[in-house]
Amino acid sequence: MLGYYLKIACSSLRRTPITTLLMVLAIGLGIGASMTMLTVLHVMSRDPLPARSARLYVPHLDPLPKNYPANSEWGDPSNNLTWPDAMELLHAKRATAQAAMAGGHLLVWPEQERTLPVELDGRYATHEFFPMFGLPFVTGQGWGEADDEAHARVVVLSQALARKLFGTNDPMGKAIQLGEHQTGFRVIGIVGDWEPQPLFYADASSKGGFGTHDDFFLPLSTAVELGFGSDNHFAGWGSNQTEDMHTDPATAWLQFWVQLDTPQQVADYRSFLHEYAAQQHASGRFERPAETARLYSLMDWLQHLRLVPDDVHLQVLLAGGFLLVCLANIIALLLAKFLRRGSEIGVRRALGAQRRHIFLQFGIEALLVGALGGLLGIVVAEVGLWSIRQRPDAYAHVAQMDAAMLLATVTLAIAAAVLAGLLPAWRASRIAPALQIKAL
Amino acid sequence: MHMPIRPILSSLRHHRLTAALLLLQVALTCAIAINALFLIHGRIERINTATGIAEEEISLVSVRGLNPDANPLAQQDSDLAALRAIPGVTTAVAVGSTLPLSGGSNDYGSCADQASVDQAIALSSMDNIPGCVQPTYYEGSPGFVQALGAHLVAGRDFNADEYGNSPSVGIVTRSLAQRLWPGQTAIGKVIHGGGQLTVVGVIDDVLRPQLRDASVDHLVTLWPQRPDGLTARYLLRSTAQDRPRVLAAAAAALAKSGPLRLQPDDGQRTFSEVRRKYFQRDSTMVGLLLAATCGLLFVTALGIGGLANFWVAQRTRQIGIRRAIGATRGDILRHFQTENFLIVSAGVVLGALLALLLNQWLMGRYELPRLPLAYLPVGAFALWLLGQIAVFGPARRAAAIPPAVATRST
Repeated sequence: MLGYYLKIACSSLRRTPITTLLMVLAIGLGIGASMTMLTVLHVMSRDPLPARSARLYVPHLDPLPKNYPANSEWGDPSNNLTWPDAMELLHAKRATAQAAMAGGHLLVWPEQERTLPVELDGRYATHEFFPMFGLPFVTGQGWGEADDEAHARVVVLSQALARKLFGTNDPMGKAIQLGEHQTGFRVIGIVGDWEPQPLFYADASSKGGFGTHDDFFLPLSTAVELGFGSDNHFAGWGSNQTEDMHTDPATAWLQFWVQLDTPQQVADYRSFLHEYAAQQHASGRFERPAETARLYSLMDWLQHLRLVPDDVHLQVLLAGGFLLVCLANIIALLLAKFLRRGSEIGVRRALGAQRRHIFLQFGIEALLVGALGGLLGIVVAEVGLWSIRQRPDAYAHVAQMDAAMLLATVTLAIAAAVLAGLLPAWRASRIAPALQIKAL
Repeated sequence: MHMPIRPILSSLRHHRLTAALLLLQVALTCAIAINALFLIHGRIERINTATGIAEEEISLVSVRGLNPDANPLAQQDSDLAALRAIPGVTTAVAVGSTLPLSGGSNDYGSCADQASVDQAIALSSMDNIPGCVQPTYYEGSPGFVQALGAHLVAGRDFNADEYGNSPSVGIVTRSLAQRLWPGQTAIGKVIHGGGQLTVVGVIDDVLRPQLRDASVDHLVTLWPQRPDGLTARYLLRSTAQDRPRVLAAAAAALAKSGPLRLQPDDGQRTFSEVRRKYFQRDSTMVGLLLAATCGLLFVTALGIGGLANFWVAQRTRQIGIRRAIGATRGDILRHFQTENFLIVSAGVVLGALLALLLNQWLMGRYELPRLPLAYLPVGAFALWLLGQIAVFGPARRAAAIPPAVATRST
């Protein structure tokens, strides 16, 4: 029976090729536009570290003066920690793992003499950065707590940078030179592909979280000692700043992450944080009350930072509106098409077809249009995403359709077709046979 | 011309559901297109924000020194000599890390008097102190005010001997002068902040490194501070079409005029490129909005045309009968055109309402401005036009139906 209806549907669609084409085009465009924008939204708000994100948290303290302006163009300075706070939390060791970090921007000198150095982005961090985030080491490993304390001159390289500097030679144990003063560092490890998107642990106020990755990692203490440049945003609010803004108690610039494995640990850490803030408040260093101390999970943190620009939300809305218009369009066209075949319906009904048979027959025709439109929609979405990837915007290059979005596209197409076909098919099945046959 | 509306309405009653769907489609298209148009207009206005400097003639080139112990000012002099020697370059100066639309910021709290400064320090905040603002500071080597193309409206340019480290004079924009000393002449006044700057000149407004808010976008001070960082940035003036050649020559000249230095990939840019990069997101948005609006109108035109096609085919016999009893081709043509006009009109009225509601909702969520009512007739006219264009083909086909059709049985 279904096969028969499918055959009828095919021949009906072939009879009016232009209308069929118009309907497929409309649904394809609507679905393509929606899926393009939804995919962009999806990749921008996805979990950057699915295997570990549930156990990663950000402690948030608010050491700002009471009347500090709430929202500057640089975002909220209290999204970062000051050096003294970060060191307190680090040395308290209340979490399974904890690390302070900052974005680095350094000259990296090649081995050969008389060749120009390159300026690269990397990360200054404390030792538990590696095990906490689970960086995939190809060889070697990160540094230890003793290295942090000793300001050790050791560096971990990305595989890409190691290849660029050393070619096929084994880089382990080799010396490289970093910074303007060409300070020597010893290579102790190489990490493979590590490019979580968004770059959740970076300073969101300076780069926006997308499209950057780290080429080197070295101890935070060493970087501060050597005065290495950071591309983090330094927000200071003190009136008498100390000579080094890195360690100034009234300058926020560091990111801090902790790993908490159990709900109990989370609760404990939350109260520890609260206690710390209360104690700072009591001592007069924090003007704002202890209630401003918070613990964000990774996904909550990304929400809090509002990494997805408003523009992208607007684009999704626009695409949704477009799809709605396309749907109204299809419904009207299908309705007109089906109602024109009143006489055919009349004959079929007179020959014994029941309403549900008519409904099924026309429903299948609508579904067929939807399926074709969905296929076209996938093509349109791929073209749309390709054109977005050509744009130089920071988030553009991550706009790729994954399996989940492909499935969502097909689902959306079928849902749209069913929705579009429902009303016309139902209306067609209500046609009174007698009237139609009389007119014949 | 006489066009009875009643028969059209009664024929539409037979297609209530379809007509209602078409109406809904027109209304949605109208609402979305009007809002999209409004957004596009806002973005284009933003993209075209005037900077107040001689954009057309400016190129920027930067070079990063590698030796922290080198003397940056001596290097700067030899670089500038090399750059000025390039044919076509009329002016070359060193500038600081910020310029209009460069991004970044070089802002300092600045107050009209010392009392306000003390008050701000006591409160550790600049907000709500009337005499204080946060202007941005642009710096450069001798001649940079001229080189930028800033237009002096009062006072004088800096003298050569005023350039140096921690200078004591400044030039302010008209907006900043107005804010700090409303209704008074700014020349000779003193800006209090970290130090003290005597205002020697006032220029027409120039833009900040980043757009923020119309009330602060033009609060700018120029001061004769010579940039002396490891990364040197030079501003070159030449004719607009000379810029690509001048930039290439500048890169070569800089490579020769000093020790081994880095010239970053994005180190040579015309100001047009700076502007394009700054408004990157906005132009992406304009492109997407335009594409979506065109797609929307296209689909709606398809819908109107497709539906009219069906209706013509369905009414072939009635049209034949009407022709047989005296209706002219023009009558038939007008029948379909009027029918379309009625549906689109109803759709446009509903659409205008929806557009206002949509704008209201967007205003609440995304800090968008209010939709000016002038957009509504524009949207309505566009959809009327679209409807008439889409219906014309089918209507002409209907008019071509011969009266003889009436005599045939099917």
